[in-house]
Amino acid sequence: MKKNKGRSLLQTLLTFLVLIVFAFPFIWMLLASFKTQAQILSTNQLFVFKPTFHNYVSVFKEYDFLKFIWNSFIVAFGSTLLSLILGLPAAYAIARHHLQKLGLLILVARIIPGITFLIPWFILFSKIHLVDTYTALILSHMLVGLPFIIWIMISFFEALPTEIEESGLIDGCTHHQVFLRIIMPISGPGVITSSLLSFIFSWNNFMFSIILAGDKTKTLPIAVFNFMSYSEINWGALMAAACIITLPVLVIALVSQRYVVSGLAAGAVKG
Amino acid sequence: MQYSWFNRNLKWIYTLPAVIFVLLMMLFPIIYTVRISFYEWSMSATTPPAWVGLSNYIALLKDERFWHATGATFYFTILALALEVVLGVGIALLLSREFKGKNLVKTVFLLPMVATPVAMGLVWMLIYEPTIGVANMMLKSLGLEPQLWLASPNQVIPSLVIVDVWEWTPMIALIIMAGLATLPSDPYEAADVDGASAWRKFVSITLPLLKPTIIVAAMLRLIDVLKTFDIIYATTQGGPNFASETLNLYGYVLGFQYFKLGMASSLLVIFFGLVMGLTLFMIWMRKRLEGA
Repeated sequence: MKKNKGRSLLQTLLTFLVLIVFAFPFIWMLLASFKTQAQILSTNQLFVFKPTFHNYVSVFKEYDFLKFIWNSFIVAFGSTLLSLILGLPAAYAIARHHLQKLGLLILVARIIPGITFLIPWFILFSKIHLVDTYTALILSHMLVGLPFIIWIMISFFEALPTEIEESGLIDGCTHHQVFLRIIMPISGPGVITSSLLSFIFSWNNFMFSIILAGDKTKTLPIAVFNFMSYSEINWGALMAAACIITLPVLVIALVSQRYVVSGLAAGAVKG
Repeated sequence: MQYSWFNRNLKWIYTLPAVIFVLLMMLFPIIYTVRISFYEWSMSATTPPAWVGLSNYIALLKDERFWHATGATFYFTILALALEVVLGVGIALLLSREFKGKNLVKTVFLLPMVATPVAMGLVWMLIYEPTIGVANMMLKSLGLEPQLWLASPNQVIPSLVIVDVWEWTPMIALIIMAGLATLPSDPYEAADVDGASAWRKFVSITLPLLKPTIIVAAMLRLIDVLKTFDIIYATTQGGPNFASETLNLYGYVLGFQYFKLGMASSLLVIFFGLVMGLTLFMIWMRKRLEGA
Protein backbone atom coordinates (compact mmCIF):
# COMPACT_ATOMS: atom_id res chain seq x y z
CA MET A 1 0.00 0.00 0.00
CA LYS A 2 2.77 2.38 0.93
CA LYS A 3 4.60 1.59 -2.27
CA ASN A 4 1.51 2.44 -4.29
CA LYS A 5 1.15 5.78 -2.58
CA GLY A 6 4.78 6.64 -3.28
CA ARG A 7 4.33 5.65 -6.88
CA SER A 8 1.25 7.75 -7.39
CA LEU A 9 2.97 10.75 -5.81
CA LEU A 10 5.88 10.27 -8.19
CA GLN A 11 3.48 10.05 -11.12
CA THR A 12 1.75 13.24 -10.05
CA LEU A 13 5.06 15.03 -9.75
CA LEU A 14 6.20 13.79 -13.16
CA THR A 15 2.91 14.84 -14.73
CA PHE A 16 3.30 18.28 -13.24
CA LEU A 17 6.85 18.47 -14.58
CA VAL A 18 5.67 17.49 -18.07
CA LEU A 19 2.98 20.16 -17.88
CA ILE A 20 5.46 22.87 -16.86
CA VAL A 21 8.06 21.89 -19.46
CA PHE A 22 5.61 21.97 -22.34
CA ALA A 23 3.89 25.16 -21.20
CA PHE A 24 7.04 27.03 -20.27
CA PRO A 25 8.03 28.55 -23.65
CA PHE A 26 4.53 29.98 -24.00
CA ILE A 27 4.64 31.49 -20.52
CA TRP A 28 8.08 32.91 -21.26
CA MET A 29 6.95 34.41 -24.56
CA LEU A 30 3.92 36.01 -22.92
CA LEU A 31 5.94 37.45 -20.01
CA ALA A 32 8.66 38.84 -22.28
CA SER A 33 6.10 40.48 -24.52
CA PHE A 34 5.09 42.71 -21.57
CA LYS A 35 8.64 43.62 -20.59
CA THR A 36 10.79 46.52 -21.68
CA GLN A 37 14.08 45.79 -23.39
CA ALA A 38 15.87 46.75 -20.16
CA GLN A 39 13.77 44.32 -18.14
CA ILE A 40 14.49 41.51 -20.60
CA LEU A 41 18.21 42.22 -20.49
CA SER A 42 18.31 42.29 -16.71
CA THR A 43 18.23 38.98 -14.92
CA ASN A 44 16.54 40.02 -11.70
CA GLN A 45 13.04 40.73 -12.98
CA LEU A 46 12.15 37.29 -14.25
CA PHE A 47 8.60 36.85 -13.08
CA VAL A 48 7.77 40.01 -11.13
CA PHE A 49 7.89 43.24 -13.10
CA LYS A 50 5.72 46.20 -14.06
CA PRO A 51 4.05 45.15 -17.33
CA THR A 52 4.11 47.49 -20.31
CA PHE A 53 1.94 47.42 -23.42
CA HIS A 54 4.48 49.40 -25.33
CA ASN A 55 5.64 46.37 -27.35
CA TYR A 56 2.17 45.65 -28.66
CA VAL A 57 1.55 49.30 -29.49
CA SER A 58 4.81 49.52 -31.40
CA VAL A 59 4.17 46.25 -33.26
CA PHE A 60 0.96 47.68 -34.67
CA LYS A 61 2.03 51.30 -35.05
CA GLU A 62 5.61 51.11 -36.21
CA TYR A 63 5.66 47.74 -37.91
CA ASP A 64 2.23 47.80 -39.54
CA PHE A 65 1.24 44.38 -38.25
CA LEU A 66 -2.42 44.70 -39.18
CA LYS A 67 -1.42 44.42 -42.80
CA PHE A 68 0.54 41.21 -42.19
CA ILE A 69 -2.32 39.73 -40.16
CA TRP A 70 -4.64 40.53 -43.04
CA ASN A 71 -2.25 38.96 -45.57
CA SER A 72 -1.93 35.80 -43.49
CA PHE A 73 -5.65 35.61 -43.06
CA ILE A 74 -6.40 36.02 -46.79
CA VAL A 75 -3.88 33.34 -47.74
CA ALA A 76 -4.93 30.85 -45.05
CA PHE A 77 -8.63 31.40 -45.68
CA GLY A 78 -8.28 31.35 -49.47
CA SER A 79 -6.15 28.24 -49.60
CA THR A 80 -8.42 26.40 -47.17
CA LEU A 81 -11.57 27.35 -49.05
CA LEU A 82 -10.18 26.34 -52.44
CA SER A 83 -8.76 23.13 -50.98
CA LEU A 84 -12.20 22.28 -49.64
CA ILE A 85 -13.83 22.95 -53.00
CA LEU A 86 -11.35 20.68 -54.78
CA GLY A 87 -10.83 18.25 -51.93
CA LEU A 88 -14.30 17.35 -50.67
CA PRO A 89 -15.69 15.90 -53.93
CA ALA A 90 -12.36 14.19 -54.61
CA ALA A 91 -12.24 12.60 -51.16
CA TYR A 92 -15.84 11.46 -51.55
CA ALA A 93 -15.21 9.84 -54.93
CA ILE A 94 -11.99 8.21 -53.69
CA ALA A 95 -13.79 6.83 -50.62
CA ARG A 96 -16.86 5.55 -52.47
CA HIS A 97 -15.21 4.21 -55.61
CA HIS A 98 -12.10 2.86 -53.87
CA LEU A 99 -9.70 4.91 -55.94
CA GLN A 100 -6.85 4.26 -53.50
CA LYS A 101 -4.18 4.83 -56.13
CA LEU A 102 -5.36 8.39 -56.70
CA GLY A 103 -5.40 8.86 -52.95
CA LEU A 104 -1.80 7.66 -52.73
CA LEU A 105 -0.73 9.98 -55.53
CA ILE A 106 -2.13 12.91 -53.58
CA LEU A 107 -0.50 11.69 -50.39
CA VAL A 108 2.92 11.84 -52.02
CA ALA A 109 2.64 15.62 -51.71
CA ARG A 110 2.82 15.11 -47.95
CA ILE A 111 6.11 13.18 -48.15
CA ILE A 112 8.09 15.21 -50.68
CA PRO A 113 10.29 17.93 -49.15
CA GLY A 114 8.51 21.20 -49.88
CA ILE A 115 11.75 22.85 -50.89
CA THR A 116 11.87 20.63 -54.01
CA PHE A 117 9.00 22.66 -55.44
CA LEU A 118 10.40 26.06 -54.67
CA ILE A 119 12.84 26.64 -57.52
CA PRO A 120 10.40 25.64 -60.31
CA TRP A 121 7.58 27.56 -58.69
CA PHE A 122 9.73 30.60 -58.31
CA ILE A 123 10.83 30.50 -61.96
CA LEU A 124 7.30 29.83 -63.19
CA PHE A 125 5.61 32.40 -60.97
CA SER A 126 8.24 34.99 -61.89
CA LYS A 127 7.60 34.42 -65.59
CA ILE A 128 3.86 34.92 -65.27
CA HIS A 129 4.31 37.80 -62.79
CA LEU A 130 2.66 36.06 -59.88
CA VAL A 131 5.44 36.46 -57.32
CA ASP A 132 4.20 38.71 -54.51
CA THR A 133 0.55 38.03 -55.25
CA TYR A 134 -2.02 36.30 -53.10
CA THR A 135 -2.61 33.87 -55.97
CA ALA A 136 0.90 32.43 -55.80
CA LEU A 137 0.76 32.09 -52.03
CA ILE A 138 -2.69 30.55 -52.03
CA LEU A 139 -1.75 28.04 -54.74
CA SER A 140 1.42 27.00 -52.92
CA HIS A 141 -0.29 26.69 -49.54
CA MET A 142 -3.00 24.57 -51.18
CA LEU A 143 -0.41 21.90 -51.83
CA VAL A 144 -0.19 21.45 -48.06
CA GLY A 145 -3.89 21.88 -47.28
CA LEU A 146 -5.43 19.86 -50.09
CA PRO A 147 -3.77 16.49 -49.36
CA PHE A 148 -4.57 16.91 -45.69
CA ILE A 149 -8.23 17.68 -46.34
CA ILE A 150 -8.50 14.79 -48.78
CA TRP A 151 -6.94 12.28 -46.38
CA ILE A 152 -8.98 13.27 -43.37
CA MET A 153 -12.17 13.33 -45.43
CA ILE A 154 -11.52 9.92 -47.05
CA SER A 155 -11.61 8.26 -43.63
CA PHE A 156 -14.59 10.38 -42.65
CA PHE A 157 -16.60 9.44 -45.76
CA GLU A 158 -15.60 5.79 -45.50
CA ALA A 159 -17.09 5.72 -42.01
CA LEU A 160 -20.49 7.00 -43.23
CA PRO A 161 -23.00 4.19 -43.82
CA THR A 162 -23.88 3.75 -47.52
CA GLU A 163 -27.57 3.31 -46.65
CA ILE A 164 -27.88 7.08 -46.39
CA GLU A 165 -26.94 7.46 -50.02
CA GLU A 166 -29.06 4.54 -51.18
CA SER A 167 -32.15 6.02 -49.61
CA GLY A 168 -31.39 9.31 -51.32
CA LEU A 169 -31.08 7.58 -54.68
CA ILE A 170 -34.40 5.76 -54.15
CA ASP A 171 -36.02 9.11 -53.43
CA GLY A 172 -34.92 10.22 -56.89
CA CYS A 173 -31.77 12.18 -56.22
CA THR A 174 -28.89 11.93 -58.66
CA HIS A 175 -25.47 11.01 -57.23
CA HIS A 176 -24.45 14.63 -57.45
CA GLN A 177 -27.52 15.72 -55.51
CA VAL A 178 -26.90 13.01 -52.94
CA PHE A 179 -23.43 14.43 -52.37
CA LEU A 180 -24.54 18.05 -52.17
CA ARG A 181 -27.80 17.68 -50.27
CA ILE A 182 -27.30 14.61 -48.11
CA ILE A 183 -23.60 13.94 -47.61
CA MET A 184 -22.36 17.53 -47.29
CA PRO A 185 -24.84 18.60 -44.57
CA ILE A 186 -23.90 15.67 -42.34
CA SER A 187 -20.17 16.09 -42.87
CA GLY A 188 -19.83 19.10 -40.60
CA PRO A 189 -17.42 17.58 -38.07
CA GLY A 190 -15.06 16.25 -40.74
CA VAL A 191 -15.13 19.49 -42.68
CA ILE A 192 -14.44 21.50 -39.51
CA THR A 193 -11.51 19.28 -38.52
CA SER A 194 -9.87 19.36 -41.91
CA SER A 195 -10.45 23.08 -42.51
CA LEU A 196 -9.06 24.03 -39.12
CA LEU A 197 -5.90 22.05 -39.72
CA SER A 198 -5.52 23.34 -43.24
CA PHE A 199 -5.96 26.89 -41.94
CA ILE A 200 -3.37 26.33 -39.20
CA PHE A 201 -0.82 24.82 -41.60
CA SER A 202 -1.20 27.73 -43.96
CA TRP A 203 -1.05 30.30 -41.14
CA ASN A 204 2.18 28.71 -39.90
CA ASN A 205 3.74 28.18 -43.32
CA PHE A 206 7.12 29.76 -43.67
CA MET A 207 9.08 28.07 -46.45
CA PHE A 208 6.72 28.74 -49.34
CA SER A 209 5.93 32.26 -48.20
CA ILE A 210 9.51 33.36 -47.71
CA ILE A 211 10.16 32.92 -51.44
CA LEU A 212 6.78 33.63 -52.99
CA ALA A 213 5.66 36.55 -50.83
CA GLY A 214 6.94 40.07 -51.38
CA ASP A 215 6.41 43.47 -49.82
CA LYS A 216 2.73 43.56 -50.68
CA THR A 217 1.83 40.06 -49.51
CA LYS A 218 4.26 39.37 -46.69
CA THR A 219 2.65 37.03 -44.16
CA LEU A 220 3.19 37.03 -40.39
CA PRO A 221 5.92 34.37 -40.11
CA ILE A 222 8.02 36.35 -42.60
CA ALA A 223 7.22 39.72 -41.06
CA VAL A 224 8.67 38.85 -37.64
CA PHE A 225 12.16 39.08 -39.07
CA ASN A 226 11.61 42.83 -39.33
CA PHE A 227 12.47 43.01 -35.64
CA MET A 228 15.94 41.66 -36.08
CA SER A 229 18.69 43.88 -37.33
CA TYR A 230 22.38 43.10 -37.49
CA SER A 231 23.12 45.17 -34.44
CA GLU A 232 20.28 44.38 -32.10
CA ILE A 233 17.20 42.32 -31.53
CA ASN A 234 14.18 44.17 -30.16
CA TRP A 235 13.22 41.25 -27.92
CA GLY A 236 10.08 42.75 -26.43
CA ALA A 237 8.56 43.60 -29.78
CA LEU A 238 9.70 40.27 -31.20
CA MET A 239 7.93 38.39 -28.40
CA ALA A 240 4.82 40.55 -28.76
CA ALA A 241 4.80 39.70 -32.47
CA ALA A 242 5.30 36.02 -31.67
CA CYS A 243 2.31 36.19 -29.29
CA ILE A 244 0.18 37.88 -31.94
CA ILE A 245 1.04 35.23 -34.55
CA THR A 246 0.49 32.36 -32.17
CA LEU A 247 -2.69 33.59 -30.55
CA PRO A 248 -5.17 32.78 -33.36
CA VAL A 249 -3.96 29.20 -33.79
CA LEU A 250 -3.92 28.63 -30.04
CA VAL A 251 -7.48 29.93 -29.77
CA ILE A 252 -8.56 27.65 -32.62
CA ALA A 253 -6.82 24.70 -30.98
CA LEU A 254 -8.29 25.38 -27.55
CA VAL A 255 -11.84 25.94 -28.75
CA SER A 256 -11.86 22.89 -30.97
CA GLN A 257 -9.31 20.64 -29.31
CA ARG A 258 -11.38 17.52 -29.80
CA TYR A 259 -11.45 18.09 -33.54
CA VAL A 260 -7.83 19.08 -33.80
CA VAL A 261 -6.59 16.02 -31.91
CA SER A 262 -8.65 13.61 -33.98
CA GLY A 263 -7.60 15.39 -37.16
CA LEU A 264 -3.91 15.34 -36.33
CA ALA A 265 -4.20 11.71 -35.37
CA ALA A 266 -6.04 10.81 -38.58
CA GLY A 267 -3.49 12.66 -40.67
CA ALA A 268 -0.77 10.98 -38.68
CA VAL A 269 -2.01 7.45 -39.04
CA LYS A 270 -2.66 7.87 -42.73
CA GLY A 271 0.68 9.57 -43.18
CA MET B 1 -32.23 11.39 -68.01
CA GLN B 2 -31.40 10.47 -64.42
CA TYR B 3 -28.08 9.14 -65.61
CA SER B 4 -26.92 12.03 -67.66
CA TRP B 5 -23.36 12.22 -68.91
CA PHE B 6 -22.55 14.34 -65.87
CA ASN B 7 -23.71 11.74 -63.39
CA ARG B 8 -22.19 8.81 -65.24
CA ASN B 9 -18.78 10.42 -65.11
CA LEU B 10 -19.24 11.87 -61.69
CA LYS B 11 -16.31 10.11 -60.02
CA TRP B 12 -13.91 11.59 -62.57
CA ILE B 13 -15.51 15.01 -62.44
CA TYR B 14 -15.09 14.90 -58.67
CA THR B 15 -11.50 13.75 -58.64
CA LEU B 16 -9.95 15.31 -61.75
CA PRO B 17 -9.71 18.93 -60.54
CA ALA B 18 -7.83 17.86 -57.41
CA VAL B 19 -5.62 15.43 -59.31
CA ILE B 20 -4.81 17.95 -62.03
CA PHE B 21 -3.99 20.55 -59.41
CA VAL B 22 -1.67 18.20 -57.54
CA LEU B 23 0.01 17.02 -60.74
CA LEU B 24 0.58 20.58 -61.93
CA MET B 25 1.82 21.84 -58.60
CA MET B 26 3.83 18.75 -57.68
CA LEU B 27 4.80 16.58 -60.62
CA PHE B 28 5.69 19.43 -62.90
CA PRO B 29 8.11 20.98 -60.38
CA ILE B 30 9.76 17.62 -59.71
CA ILE B 31 10.39 16.99 -63.40
CA TYR B 32 11.54 20.57 -63.80
CA THR B 33 13.93 20.26 -60.86
CA VAL B 34 15.44 17.08 -62.28
CA ARG B 35 15.90 18.88 -65.61
CA ILE B 36 17.53 21.97 -64.14
CA SER B 37 19.88 19.76 -62.16
CA PHE B 38 21.64 18.97 -65.46
CA TYR B 39 22.05 22.63 -66.37
CA GLU B 40 24.34 25.41 -65.33
CA TRP B 41 21.68 27.92 -64.49
CA SER B 42 21.84 31.21 -62.67
CA MET B 43 19.02 33.71 -62.38
CA SER B 44 20.74 36.31 -64.57
CA ALA B 45 18.98 37.12 -67.80
CA THR B 46 22.14 37.51 -69.83
CA THR B 47 23.60 34.02 -69.56
CA PRO B 48 21.25 31.35 -70.88
CA PRO B 49 21.10 27.98 -69.14
CA ALA B 50 23.74 25.58 -70.42
CA TRP B 51 23.58 21.78 -70.42
CA VAL B 52 26.36 20.45 -68.21
CA GLY B 53 25.35 16.83 -67.75
CA LEU B 54 26.28 15.40 -64.41
CA SER B 55 28.74 18.07 -63.42
CA ASN B 56 26.40 19.65 -60.86
CA TYR B 57 26.15 16.30 -59.15
CA ILE B 58 29.90 15.77 -59.32
CA ALA B 59 30.53 19.26 -57.94
CA LEU B 60 28.11 18.53 -55.14
CA LEU B 61 29.72 15.21 -54.26
CA LYS B 62 33.08 16.99 -54.08
CA ASP B 63 31.58 19.77 -51.98
CA GLU B 64 32.53 19.52 -48.33
CA ARG B 65 29.57 21.65 -47.32
CA PHE B 66 27.18 19.16 -48.93
CA TRP B 67 28.63 16.26 -46.95
CA HIS B 68 28.56 18.33 -43.81
CA ALA B 69 24.88 19.12 -44.42
CA THR B 70 24.15 15.44 -45.02
CA GLY B 71 25.85 14.58 -41.73
CA ALA B 72 23.99 17.35 -39.89
CA THR B 73 20.68 16.12 -41.34
CA PHE B 74 21.26 12.58 -40.10
CA TYR B 75 22.63 13.70 -36.74
CA PHE B 76 19.61 15.92 -36.15
CA THR B 77 17.12 13.33 -37.42
CA ILE B 78 18.44 10.33 -35.50
CA LEU B 79 18.84 12.21 -32.23
CA ALA B 80 15.43 13.90 -32.44
CA LEU B 81 13.62 10.75 -33.53
CA ALA B 82 15.17 8.58 -30.81
CA LEU B 83 14.38 11.08 -28.06
CA GLU B 84 10.86 11.73 -29.32
CA VAL B 85 9.98 8.05 -29.48
CA VAL B 86 11.41 7.18 -26.06
CA LEU B 87 9.96 10.25 -24.34
CA GLY B 88 6.70 9.91 -26.27
CA VAL B 89 6.18 6.35 -25.07
CA GLY B 90 7.13 7.32 -21.52
CA ILE B 91 4.83 10.31 -21.41
CA ALA B 92 1.99 8.33 -22.98
CA LEU B 93 2.30 5.69 -20.24
CA LEU B 94 2.44 8.42 -17.60
CA LEU B 95 -0.64 10.19 -18.91
CA SER B 96 -2.76 7.20 -19.86
CA ARG B 97 -3.90 6.59 -16.28
CA GLU B 98 -6.89 8.52 -14.94
CA PHE B 99 -6.07 11.62 -12.92
CA LYS B 100 -7.39 15.05 -12.12
CA GLY B 101 -6.62 17.66 -14.75
CA LYS B 102 -5.93 15.14 -17.50
CA ASN B 103 -7.75 17.31 -20.01
CA LEU B 104 -5.66 20.32 -19.07
CA VAL B 105 -2.46 18.38 -19.68
CA LYS B 106 -3.73 17.13 -23.02
CA THR B 107 -4.65 20.67 -24.02
CA VAL B 108 -1.23 22.05 -23.12
CA PHE B 109 0.21 19.17 -25.12
CA LEU B 110 -1.58 20.33 -28.21
CA LEU B 111 -0.10 23.81 -28.16
CA PRO B 112 3.51 23.16 -29.28
CA MET B 113 2.26 21.23 -32.32
CA VAL B 114 -0.06 23.91 -33.62
CA ALA B 115 1.88 27.03 -32.61
CA THR B 116 3.66 28.80 -35.45
CA PRO B 117 7.13 27.18 -35.70
CA VAL B 118 8.91 30.42 -36.61
CA ALA B 119 7.46 32.18 -33.56
CA MET B 120 8.47 29.25 -31.38
CA GLY B 121 11.97 29.32 -32.83
CA LEU B 122 12.27 32.95 -31.76
CA VAL B 123 11.07 32.19 -28.24
CA TRP B 124 13.65 29.43 -27.93
CA MET B 125 16.26 31.85 -29.21
CA LEU B 126 15.46 34.07 -26.23
CA ILE B 127 15.50 31.09 -23.87
CA TYR B 128 18.89 29.97 -25.21
CA GLU B 129 20.44 33.45 -25.27
CA PRO B 130 23.81 32.93 -23.47
CA THR B 131 23.75 36.06 -21.27
CA ILE B 132 20.07 36.84 -20.75
CA GLY B 133 18.47 33.48 -21.53
CA VAL B 134 16.58 31.54 -18.91
CA ALA B 135 18.25 28.25 -19.90
CA ASN B 136 21.57 29.44 -18.51
CA MET B 137 19.91 31.00 -15.47
CA MET B 138 18.50 27.59 -14.63
CA LEU B 139 21.87 25.94 -15.09
CA LYS B 140 23.47 28.55 -12.82
CA SER B 141 20.86 28.08 -10.13
CA LEU B 142 21.64 24.36 -10.24
CA GLY B 143 25.30 25.18 -9.88
CA LEU B 144 26.14 24.13 -13.44
CA GLU B 145 28.27 25.86 -16.05
CA PRO B 146 26.40 28.15 -18.46
CA GLN B 147 26.39 26.91 -22.06
CA LEU B 148 26.51 28.60 -25.44
CA TRP B 149 23.57 26.58 -26.81
CA LEU B 150 22.82 27.81 -30.34
CA ALA B 151 26.02 29.85 -30.48
CA SER B 152 28.33 26.85 -30.17
CA PRO B 153 29.05 24.70 -33.23
CA ASN B 154 29.11 21.58 -31.05
CA GLN B 155 25.95 22.30 -29.11
CA VAL B 156 23.77 23.83 -31.78
CA ILE B 157 22.30 20.59 -33.12
CA PRO B 158 21.48 19.10 -29.71
CA SER B 159 19.96 22.48 -28.76
CA LEU B 160 17.79 22.44 -31.89
CA VAL B 161 16.88 18.82 -31.19
CA ILE B 162 15.53 19.94 -27.80
CA VAL B 163 13.24 22.39 -29.62
CA ASP B 164 12.03 19.72 -32.02
CA VAL B 165 11.52 17.29 -29.14
CA TRP B 166 9.53 19.94 -27.27
CA GLU B 167 7.41 20.61 -30.33
CA TRP B 168 6.69 17.06 -31.50
CA THR B 169 6.99 14.60 -28.61
CA PRO B 170 3.36 15.44 -27.75
CA MET B 171 2.24 14.11 -31.10
CA ILE B 172 4.00 10.78 -30.60
CA ALA B 173 2.60 10.64 -27.07
CA LEU B 174 -0.96 11.33 -28.27
CA ILE B 175 -0.74 8.66 -30.99
CA ILE B 176 0.64 6.15 -28.47
CA MET B 177 -2.07 7.06 -25.96
CA ALA B 178 -4.67 6.30 -28.61
CA GLY B 179 -2.91 2.97 -29.17
CA LEU B 180 -2.79 2.22 -25.45
CA ALA B 181 -6.52 2.80 -25.17
CA THR B 182 -7.20 -0.05 -27.61
CA LEU B 183 -5.00 -2.68 -25.92
CA PRO B 184 -6.83 -5.78 -24.66
CA SER B 185 -6.97 -6.24 -20.89
CA ASP B 186 -6.71 -10.08 -20.67
CA PRO B 187 -2.90 -10.34 -21.00
CA TYR B 188 -2.55 -7.91 -18.10
CA GLU B 189 -4.98 -9.88 -15.97
CA ALA B 190 -3.05 -13.07 -16.70
CA ALA B 191 0.21 -11.30 -15.83
CA ASP B 192 -1.27 -10.05 -12.56
CA VAL B 193 -2.22 -13.61 -11.67
CA ASP B 194 1.38 -14.62 -12.35
CA GLY B 195 2.56 -11.78 -10.14
CA ALA B 196 4.54 -9.99 -12.90
CA SER B 197 6.19 -6.67 -12.05
CA ALA B 198 5.16 -3.44 -13.74
CA TRP B 199 8.39 -3.32 -15.74
CA ARG B 200 7.98 -6.94 -16.81
CA LYS B 201 4.43 -6.22 -18.00
CA PHE B 202 5.69 -3.21 -19.94
CA VAL B 203 8.45 -5.15 -21.69
CA SER B 204 6.53 -8.37 -22.33
CA ILE B 205 3.04 -7.11 -23.05
CA THR B 206 2.70 -3.39 -23.64
CA LEU B 207 5.73 -2.88 -25.87
CA PRO B 208 5.06 -5.80 -28.26
CA LEU B 209 1.38 -4.88 -28.57
CA LEU B 210 2.22 -1.24 -29.15
CA LYS B 211 4.88 -1.94 -31.75
CA PRO B 212 2.71 -1.17 -34.80
CA THR B 213 1.56 2.14 -33.29
CA ILE B 214 5.10 3.13 -32.36
CA ILE B 215 6.31 2.33 -35.87
CA VAL B 216 3.58 4.42 -37.48
CA ALA B 217 4.34 7.36 -35.19
CA ALA B 218 8.09 7.07 -35.80
CA MET B 219 7.58 6.85 -39.56
CA LEU B 220 5.54 9.99 -39.61
CA ARG B 221 8.11 11.87 -37.56
CA LEU B 222 11.01 10.55 -39.64
CA ILE B 223 9.49 12.00 -42.80
CA ASP B 224 9.02 15.37 -41.12
CA VAL B 225 12.21 15.59 -39.04
CA LEU B 226 14.31 15.11 -42.18
CA LYS B 227 12.63 18.19 -43.62
CA THR B 228 12.96 20.47 -40.58
CA PHE B 229 13.40 24.01 -41.82
CA ASP B 230 11.42 26.69 -39.98
CA ILE B 231 12.99 26.27 -36.54
CA ILE B 232 16.54 26.11 -37.88
CA TYR B 233 16.07 29.06 -40.19
CA ALA B 234 14.46 31.19 -37.49
CA THR B 235 17.11 30.49 -34.86
CA THR B 236 20.48 29.95 -36.54
CA GLN B 237 19.98 30.10 -40.33
CA GLY B 238 22.40 27.18 -40.47
CA GLY B 239 25.06 28.71 -38.24
CA PRO B 240 27.27 29.09 -36.36
CA ASN B 241 29.82 28.37 -39.03
CA PHE B 242 27.38 26.10 -40.97
CA ALA B 243 27.20 23.76 -37.97
CA SER B 244 23.41 23.46 -38.15
CA GLU B 245 23.14 23.59 -41.92
CA THR B 246 21.01 20.61 -42.95
CA LEU B 247 20.31 19.56 -46.55
CA ASN B 248 17.07 21.53 -46.50
CA LEU B 249 18.92 24.69 -45.43
CA TYR B 250 21.84 24.22 -47.83
CA GLY B 251 19.44 23.65 -50.70
CA TYR B 252 17.70 26.89 -49.82
CA VAL B 253 20.98 28.80 -49.54
CA LEU B 254 22.32 27.43 -52.84
CA GLY B 255 19.10 28.26 -54.65
CA PHE B 256 17.99 31.54 -53.19
CA GLN B 257 21.10 33.17 -51.76
CA TYR B 258 23.78 32.05 -54.20
CA PHE B 259 21.30 31.58 -57.08
CA LYS B 260 23.11 28.43 -58.20
CA LEU B 261 19.87 26.94 -59.40
CA GLY B 262 21.46 23.98 -61.17
CA MET B 263 23.52 22.85 -58.23
CA ALA B 264 20.66 23.54 -55.80
CA SER B 265 18.41 21.39 -57.98
CA SER B 266 20.85 18.49 -58.00
CA LEU B 267 20.99 18.72 -54.21
CA LEU B 268 17.21 18.71 -54.06
CA VAL B 269 17.02 15.67 -56.34
CA ILE B 270 19.37 13.81 -53.98
CA PHE B 271 17.43 15.02 -50.94
CA PHE B 272 14.13 14.02 -52.53
CA GLY B 273 15.55 10.57 -53.30
CA LEU B 274 16.75 10.25 -49.73
CA VAL B 275 13.37 11.12 -48.21
CA MET B 276 11.46 8.87 -50.62
CA GLY B 277 13.96 6.05 -50.15
CA LEU B 278 13.73 6.19 -46.36
CA THR B 279 9.94 6.38 -46.52
CA LEU B 280 9.71 3.32 -48.77
CA PHE B 281 12.20 1.51 -46.54
CA MET B 282 10.08 2.26 -43.47
CA ILE B 283 6.91 1.07 -45.23
CA TRP B 284 8.70 -2.13 -46.23
CA MET B 285 10.02 -2.61 -42.68
CA ARG B 286 6.57 -2.08 -41.25
CA LYS B 287 5.05 -4.70 -43.55
CA ARG B 288 7.78 -7.17 -42.66
CA LEU B 289 7.47 -6.57 -38.95
CA GLU B 290 3.71 -6.82 -39.03
CA GLY B 291 3.82 -9.91 -41.19
CA ALA B 292 6.21 -11.64 -38.82
